[in-house]
Amino acid sequence: MAKHSISKIIGQRILGAIPSVIGVVIVTFLLTRALPGDPAAFFAGPAATAEAIDEVRRNLGLDKTLLEQFFLYIGDLFRGDLGVSLTTGQTVGYDLLTRLPASLELTLAGLVFAIALALPLGILAATRPNSWIDHGVRLLATAGVSLPTFFTGLFLIYVLYYQLGIAPAPLGRLDILFSPPTHITGFYLIDSLLTGDLELFWVAASQLVLPAITLGLFALAPLARVTRASMLGMLSSDFIRTARASGLPPRQVLFGYAFRNAMLPVITTLGVVFSFLLGANILVEKVFAWPGIGSYAVEALVASDYAPIQGFILTMALLYVVLNLLIDLLYVVIDPRAGVDA
Amino acid sequence: MTTTTFQHTRYVISENWITFGAFALFLVFVLFAIFGEAVAPYDPLASNSAIALQPPSLYHWFGTDQLGRDVLSRVMVATRLDLGIAVMAVALSFLVGSLLGTCAGYFGGWADRIISRCIDTLMAFPLFVLAMGLVAALGNTVENIILATAVINLPLYTRVVRSEVLVRRDAGFVEAARLTGNGDWRIMAKHLFPNVLPVMMVHVSLNMGWAILNAAGLSFIGLGVQPPTPEWGIMVAEGATYIVSGEWWMALFPGAVLMLAVFCFNLLGDGLRDLIDPRMRT
Repeated sequence: MAKHSISKIIGQRILGAIPSVIGVVIVTFLLTRALPGDPAAFFAGPAATAEAIDEVRRNLGLDKTLLEQFFLYIGDLFRGDLGVSLTTGQTVGYDLLTRLPASLELTLAGLVFAIALALPLGILAATRPNSWIDHGVRLLATAGVSLPTFFTGLFLIYVLYYQLGIAPAPLGRLDILFSPPTHITGFYLIDSLLTGDLELFWVAASQLVLPAITLGLFALAPLARVTRASMLGMLSSDFIRTARASGLPPRQVLFGYAFRNAMLPVITTLGVVFSFLLGANILVEKVFAWPGIGSYAVEALVASDYAPIQGFILTMALLYVVLNLLIDLLYVVIDPRAGVDA
Repeated sequence: MTTTTFQHTRYVISENWITFGAFALFLVFVLFAIFGEAVAPYDPLASNSAIALQPPSLYHWFGTDQLGRDVLSRVMVATRLDLGIAVMAVALSFLVGSLLGTCAGYFGGWADRIISRCIDTLMAFPLFVLAMGLVAALGNTVENIILATAVINLPLYTRVVRSEVLVRRDAGFVEAARLTGNGDWRIMAKHLFPNVLPVMMVHVSLNMGWAILNAAGLSFIGLGVQPPTPEWGIMVAEGATYIVSGEWWMALFPGAVLMLAVFCFNLLGDGLRDLIDPRMRT
């Protein structure tokens, strides 16, 4: 397949994500306007006077028609203006940007943990169907989706921090004795390595382990299940039989042929897994006092501070659209056939 | 019951003892949902500071919380609310999703395009985040928790029903029904939908577990059910503050029961799937 057509397919996929973005913006806008009672009163805060509320109403353009308001909202979005948080006193855009790396670092660490465990387990189960490993993986997968993330997190904290004292206190990204590394990417693990501070790297990593495991356990189940199912399907297919009959070493058959093809459904499942992860992220951040955008939204929720919540939902949704797009693109790059009938 | 039916039932149970166990557990949960308030040893709301934060004992099997309330009684009474929210939410999204999915699959064309586009928009959100946004926007009530949980489950039902109806739309029995003079709505309700039901039952069961998790997660972050109402998610949230100082029972017991309930529905769904369509097994 020519390079030209692949870039064309990639372009098509990017264009295909635009309706999702428009849908997300419309829904978020409607959620803004669906606030109970008077949105102006909410944005003005509980202590506001009637004049202050009127001024907020004019500032927010709430005295205009819904369509006009929608275009004003779009205009604000293009200028990156998501409103001001009443609890922190900063603009929501600034708050979200400074907190996003913490959430991303946690989500990615959780994903890496889940993949690192799910793929070997799925393959083991598929190569030994109906053995105890297979049943064990099945049980683990069912248990994994049944675990409330917030509960797993608390359980791990109790056993590993309170009882055994192995894990550090669940109080955010760094022990209070340390100050964060110089801001380069915002990912503490990467920044501390870039500045060559190994001690800080270990401290940041040890804080990250428990929340990442909590998050990963939840994402483990769908990945392990799909890996097992698609490996089973591949291993019983004709081309594997041919490869085996031709005398190729089992390792090459398993990883070179079966695994590569079995990866495609797994990559598709990543979309669902990210939906899980981004949602569970909120709960895990609350449990571990992780200073990401999830705990930011929860704090705002408790204080009835609506601008941050809307900014958060929009950010999460756009992030999810981008992730799905990346998964799509990865699929096209890995499987040249994906472009043919698309 | 004739001997053959009995033998058949025994055969099905012996082949699926895990499913049978899950079903028994399910019945226990239903019993607690109905009679929880009657069998609870103490009043779930009665506080007594003299016995606050006691570990599990003979008198208080699950211990007491920071206000001296009996954790066991609270866990029991909470069953009705937690299962109730999940049942209502799943029923709502089942009904609406079936209707939308059947219309989309049967009529195709514009109806299909509009419905699918709306569903895609819902799917563009991480589902828990959408639920959180809905409850935050519509107001912090139990009804809105149910509504939000129903909305985020809607895509699943609509999509499954749509694709199942789509493959049967031009089947022989549908043509026959049409030729004998049945209208569109009658065909959808009486001929197409009953064929989709078995597959849907599997999804309902798996989805119930997820709905319970979702509702508990929302109340864990402070949405929906408000204290002092006993609810598993809130109880875990309240216990969370005490876990770092060693009072594990307040969070462990409601959390474990919540997990057991979800696990039960997931096993039940898996079992149903094996019975209804073994090929779907993964």
